[in-house]
Amino acid sequence: MKKNRFKYTAISILIGLIVGAIILGVSGFNPFEAYWIMITGVFGSSKYISWTIIRSTSVIITGISVAFAFRTGLFNIGAEGQFIIGAMAATLVGYFWHLPPIVHVIVAFSAACIAAAIWGGIAGAIKSKFGINEVITSIMLNWIALYLNNYVIFWDKFKRPNSEASYKILESAQSSILTNWKLTEAGRTWISNHPLIGGFIDPPINIGFIVAILLAFLINYILNNTTLGYQLRAVGFNKDASEYGGINVKRNIVVAMMISGAISGAAGALHVLGVSNEISVLAAMEGNGFNGMAVSLIAGNNPIGCIFAGLLFGGLTYGGHKLQPIMGAPSEVINIMIGTIVFFIAMPKFVQMIVDRKGNFKIVKRGEKVESDK
Amino acid sequence: MNDLGLIIGITLMYAAPLMYTALGGVISENSGVVNIGLEGMMTMGAFIGATVCYYSHSPWLAFIAAGLSAGVLALLHAIASVTFGADQIISGTAINFLGPGLALFLSRIFFNGATMTLTIKLEDKMPRPLNGIFSPGSFMDLVFNQYATVYMAFILVFVLWFILYKTRLGLRIRAVGEHPRAADTLGVDVFKIRYISVILSGIFAGFGGAAMSIAVVSNFRATLISGQGFIALAAMIFGKWKPQGSMWACLLFGMAQGLVVYLGGTKLQISSQLLAMIPYVLTIIVLMGFVGKSSGPAADGVPYEKNQG
Repeated sequence: MKKNRFKYTAISILIGLIVGAIILGVSGFNPFEAYWIMITGVFGSSKYISWTIIRSTSVIITGISVAFAFRTGLFNIGAEGQFIIGAMAATLVGYFWHLPPIVHVIVAFSAACIAAAIWGGIAGAIKSKFGINEVITSIMLNWIALYLNNYVIFWDKFKRPNSEASYKILESAQSSILTNWKLTEAGRTWISNHPLIGGFIDPPINIGFIVAILLAFLINYILNNTTLGYQLRAVGFNKDASEYGGINVKRNIVVAMMISGAISGAAGALHVLGVSNEISVLAAMEGNGFNGMAVSLIAGNNPIGCIFAGLLFGGLTYGGHKLQPIMGAPSEVINIMIGTIVFFIAMPKFVQMIVDRKGNFKIVKRGEKVESDK
Repeated sequence: MNDLGLIIGITLMYAAPLMYTALGGVISENSGVVNIGLEGMMTMGAFIGATVCYYSHSPWLAFIAAGLSAGVLALLHAIASVTFGADQIISGTAINFLGPGLALFLSRIFFNGATMTLTIKLEDKMPRPLNGIFSPGSFMDLVFNQYATVYMAFILVFVLWFILYKTRLGLRIRAVGEHPRAADTLGVDVFKIRYISVILSGIFAGFGGAAMSIAVVSNFRATLISGQGFIALAAMIFGKWKPQGSMWACLLFGMAQGLVVYLGGTKLQISSQLLAMIPYVLTIIVLMGFVGKSSGPAADGVPYEKNQG
């Protein structure tokens, strides 16, 4: 089963790339040239690789958040809002509080996780207490978070004059590495003298990616090796049986949503502390949470898999953004490719049909379960 | 009084696109197929509507084309979730990437690299059938001088209600959504009914998108739909998977929009952010306090496999 899953995912990715090539070809662009631009756009220099990793961090973590919820039987469409709340909390603490370096980062990060855990927990609590689908509450909470973000930015002491953004967080709260050194004369010289490593550290590298990897392993451990994880998964697998087995289903729903929320909040915090250092007025949803859904699905809801799926996602979007300026091909072809990948991941039966010629089409069409599918 | 008229007018205008899309959700989910891809389908419809309207100068052709284009996306969802027993959430998520992806891709090709279409001329927009009947600016004019899409949305609510609850087809759709095996035993073609329902849901969502891009505003841009498909989805759940319930929920969201637009024109600039939250907070409160446990069709989201157990 596990081996098959990996195979299906790989084939879905391949189909996505082929569909992307066809669409580019039909629209009059050379697909080979496009893919070459994307490949060199990601791997062409150590600087690009660094940027890809930085860009991937948010979706890796929201992916873990969504995956965690999925594994506990919940659909956290609210990762978007939890991300916003996390980013907002981190910025508020990072700007208004004065704390020593490192401590400040930890406090801001924790505040973001707590705030977002509460935000996610609201949807969980309403589900467990009133039986209201978490999808609808999450969607509402996403919008409330967005407007709350915009409201907070307009606070007199928080809004940077002549801008649509907040003040930057204090230096002590920034989690980027070597920022000051990079600005010194010695730093600049060193970077230009060491193109490989220098190029890698020139972008705003920060602790985010490391935290993402740690989180993936932590969540994977919680899910698979702890009593809490066992209970949460049991509820996700069969609510009634778990209830019968003495698991407090209602409490579990709240806990699961809180943890999922905290993870998305961490993504928001790391983005603020490490990359943007501020929050700005949002006109629409930015898609951090929704992209996390795609990452989680490509990863088969496996937290560790989210690292790779997130890097793929980040690589595609970062590399894809170079299509427009270089060859004039719409970079939105990336979304089509990601959609195609997810689409084929949704139907392993179909993928099996193409791979395995023995997978008789008639059988599949009649709706029978193909033996090797399970 | 005229202020009230203005708010009601804006409410109706903004509720219409949501209503089409929510009705799409109603028909799909009543047949047992969860459709979170409404957002993507709506975006597709909005783009095709604006583009066809710009080039053909015919809002009606544009409206139909919008429905059909989103119907094609829905067909993909149907193939995956009905024929291949796919996880409908995953398939819907895929549609939400494909729809906006395709729309923006095509927009850049048709409109010289821009992610927004050129503006539709005023006379090419969706007509207002009651324009000029009431004296301009009067209460009646503010309320009833609406785009044709607004009236059609309400008609569609009635039509869908009639189909679902008064016709054989409706009975079959609901039977397939509640208990597909029983329906199958009675000779109902579960796959066919689900295909019809899902494709119709796409067509409706496409109408919803066009009702936005060729009536409420007069072009398509990247942020035009951003989240409205999800709001429509929420409205459908809020409305307990029923056409009339969804209609009321959409009116609530439309009214919130109306209030924001109205108060945005007054001096209350900043608190408009807080005001904008009201419908979402209200929805949660109403659901908790008054509606109680909302449950959808029993087989919603469950792929049907003919020869199983």
